[in-house]
Amino acid sequence: MTPVVALIQPLAGIAHLLAHPFLRYAVLAGTATAVASGVVGYFLVLRAQVFTADALTHVAFTGALGALIVGVDLLAGLYVACVVVALALGGLGWRGRADDAVIGSVFAWVLGLGALFLTVYSASSLGSNGTAGVSVLFGTIFGLSGSQAVADAAVAGVVVVAGLAIARPLLFATVDEGVAAARGVPVRGLGLSFLALVGLTAAAATQAVGALLLLGLLAAPAGAAQRLSPRPYRALGLSVALAVGSVWGGLGLAYAYPLVPPSFGILAIATAAYLVALAVTAGPARAPDRRVQVRPGADGVAAGAVARTPPP
Amino acid sequence: MFGLHFMVNAFIASTIVGVTAGAIGWFMVLRRQSFAGHTLAVVSFPGAAAAVLAGVSVSVGYFGAAVLAGVVIALVPRSSAGASLSHESAVIGTVQAFALACGALFVSLYGGFLGGLTSLLFGSFLGISDAQVLTLAAVAAAALAALGIIARPLFFATVDADVALARGVPVRAVGVVFLVLLGCAAAEVSQITGALLVFALLVMPAATAQRLSARPVRSVLLSIAVALVVGWAGLVAAYYSVYPVGFYVTSFGFGAYLLGGGLRRRPGPVGAAPALPT
Repeated sequence: MTPVVALIQPLAGIAHLLAHPFLRYAVLAGTATAVASGVVGYFLVLRAQVFTADALTHVAFTGALGALIVGVDLLAGLYVACVVVALALGGLGWRGRADDAVIGSVFAWVLGLGALFLTVYSASSLGSNGTAGVSVLFGTIFGLSGSQAVADAAVAGVVVVAGLAIARPLLFATVDEGVAAARGVPVRGLGLSFLALVGLTAAAATQAVGALLLLGLLAAPAGAAQRLSPRPYRALGLSVALAVGSVWGGLGLAYAYPLVPPSFGILAIATAAYLVALAVTAGPARAPDRRVQVRPGADGVAAGAVARTPPP
Repeated sequence: MFGLHFMVNAFIASTIVGVTAGAIGWFMVLRRQSFAGHTLAVVSFPGAAAAVLAGVSVSVGYFGAAVLAGVVIALVPRSSAGASLSHESAVIGTVQAFALACGALFVSLYGGFLGGLTSLLFGSFLGISDAQVLTLAAVAAAALAALGIIARPLFFATVDADVALARGVPVRAVGVVFLVLLGCAAAEVSQITGALLVFALLVMPAATAQRLSARPVRSVLLSIAVALVVGWAGLVAAYYSVYPVGFYVTSFGFGAYLLGGGLRRRPGPVGAAPALPT
């Protein structure tokens, strides 16, 4: 039924799609999440901190289940867990960056707690058949209520505004940490606030795209954008555009073919975009990092710069 | 406890997995490839789901998917040294999320296998069959033999890639082989702890051992020992309680890591290895 409408008359198909309230909420929350992920993801990829984001999205699972057990609002658990762990990971590391063994150990343990909570919750409750855990992990974008969608959009808006506000110093601190620190940029504070933003994004996105799949929305559009443009703000915009495009395309796919989970549609399109970007730029890569090596004397200014730029 | 056949199988499997994960995880932590390791582990979930969907043995799905993902990550086009770090982390993240999304798709296509889904993700030690133990042992033997062959060049390439390259060590090839081995190890561990909790045996023992000893051989042996003890203790605890084995294994692993001083902040980056994807 609907696939035919959607394929033959695109405009009528979209109008038909937006006639359903649950799809309007999905588009609202999905778009907001995508914009936030595009902004945060750009810096994550530039700072090579995708693993930290990976850890935080997993922490969301434990936070949500913990909140379910205690009986408080699931959202409260999500936000508290993500932001607290984000700050803890930042605090454990040098200049707001944790070692990857630390990240791995902490988040594996937090996930183990999540497994415990899942068992406790499934055993104790309330007609649960284990789907609570699964929907936290894989997201239920078509099951969002209006108020959830608005809350997601509001948090995403805060993340985007805050992210753009610290974009310039963060970019400086990322591209050349040592010089930025020497010039008085609060490198550690920026790293911590950035991680808090990542935590907020992870928490807000968990309901829509799911704890496990958010990573793709953070990594793929940003990775593709950095391949396509070496100019920071253009790449940032491109990253947001690709993320939004993936979400819209994925929602459309899932609507047209009900067997396809929306999360799969979104990630399939994001991955495809990344592959296209890889293919287009298969030659020498272009990324802002490279300029670090050109700047004379940068390595000599502070030891931090040496850590970021191995010899070619 | 040992009167039960499945517990005997679980202990044998956990021993095999502990040795493999302790040794290969040690190199993974040294090379700072934990993110790749986590991705290779998570990939076993869609692999297993696809195998169930296709009606082939789950072991085929576990190992096939992990090895495939290892090759994909290893063959990402490299660029100049500075940029490749951030690109590599983007590629790994994309591979992981896409694999998980495929897993969600396979589960949705298969329909109604939610109970199995939880044990795929969080592990179960009850259903390890004799055939599975044999497969684990065979893959572990092959992986450890391969690791033994490449251990010295791998160590050299990890500690100082440039000097190793100058001395004629095939750094790139060794890295590719190592990722495939890491895929095998991750697939093995995920059959015990579930796809999400692989780090309990892959990262925590290795990180603990590296804190305790700076000498490679002693450190690897220590890592294997910690992995074995953590795995066994997790099984015993899970046997005598109702809570999942994944929780106990991760908690014991984290406890060992804390005892080893894991969370103490390291000295600054002066002379540290280059920041790799984290």
